[in-house]
Amino acid sequence: MFYGVELSSRLLLGTARYPSPAVLERAIKASGAEVVTVSLRREGGNTRSGQSFWQFIQSLGLRVLPNTAGCHSVKEAVTTAHMARELFDTPWIKLEVIGDADTLQPDVFGLVEAARILAQDGFAVFPYTTEDLVVADRLVEAGCRVLMPWGAPIGSARGLNNVYGLKSLRAHFPDIPLVVDAGLGVPSHAAAAMELGYDAVLLNTAVAEAGDPVEMARAFALAVEAGRAAHLARPLEPRDMAQPSTPVIGKAVLGGV
Amino acid sequence: MRIFLNDDAHDVDAATLAAALDSLGFGGRKIATALNGRFVAAAARPATRLADGDRIEVVAPMQGG
Repeated sequence: MFYGVELSSRLLLGTARYPSPAVLERAIKASGAEVVTVSLRREGGNTRSGQSFWQFIQSLGLRVLPNTAGCHSVKEAVTTAHMARELFDTPWIKLEVIGDADTLQPDVFGLVEAARILAQDGFAVFPYTTEDLVVADRLVEAGCRVLMPWGAPIGSARGLNNVYGLKSLRAHFPDIPLVVDAGLGVPSHAAAAMELGYDAVLLNTAVAEAGDPVEMARAFALAVEAGRAAHLARPLEPRDMAQPSTPVIGKAVLGGV
Repeated sequence: MRIFLNDDAHDVDAATLAAALDSLGFGGRKIATALNGRFVAAAARPATRLADGDRIEVVAPMQGG
């Protein structure tokens, strides 16, 4: 449940870097995603790429989550959010304020500041953040009702870099929808996030740049479903010693030393 | 008057942001605008007056992650 909107799919999919619009469309369908992320970029008087992409997005009939990708300052991110709200006709915004060019690590100070400004202005902010608990507290205090910690740096395919941190965040915010956003590489990463009790995952590159994006989208959908079901089924905690799965009581006594 | 649209210089004979966008081929398109770094809503473009050296940003929907 994101800002009062109930979704049946727990996979949010990015729309960038696919080999073609046709593959993108089939991948979205295979993923079962009901929310796709989009962005905005400069458009010239003679170029029409933005217009055709807009028509494509409308034809999907899905909910869109615009991002502020590439923004490095609060002012840039806030202005971009306003342009996105008008362009896509939604108060939802995936808020990115990037602090480091190599790791695309969020500038969490700018993020909190931008989140506060936008939340006060009626935006439904989905902050792309780290797994830092105190930052998460500040984001919630600023008005965020969803948190999106990274699994690993965007596009890195490393999976969940800090499982302990993500677990702590889940335990600390039992009632805030949590989405692992960024860094997933393979479906088992998504399943792991869901097993930790995360509400959803958001991914793009892992599907878009797979050898077969459509099949990978399907694989991620299955993993998300499996991970969620496993979480609800209350998994075992790991233990150090073996425990026979076959009962010992009643075993035949056959001698031998 | 010289304005800059997405960093490109244009000499336009338009008093408002709406008129400048029309004259540069953006009429009726799905775009969002900012003037000198500040968002200008579509509804406000006809009343937004331009000055020499103004910097306009025009963006459109794009794929994103």
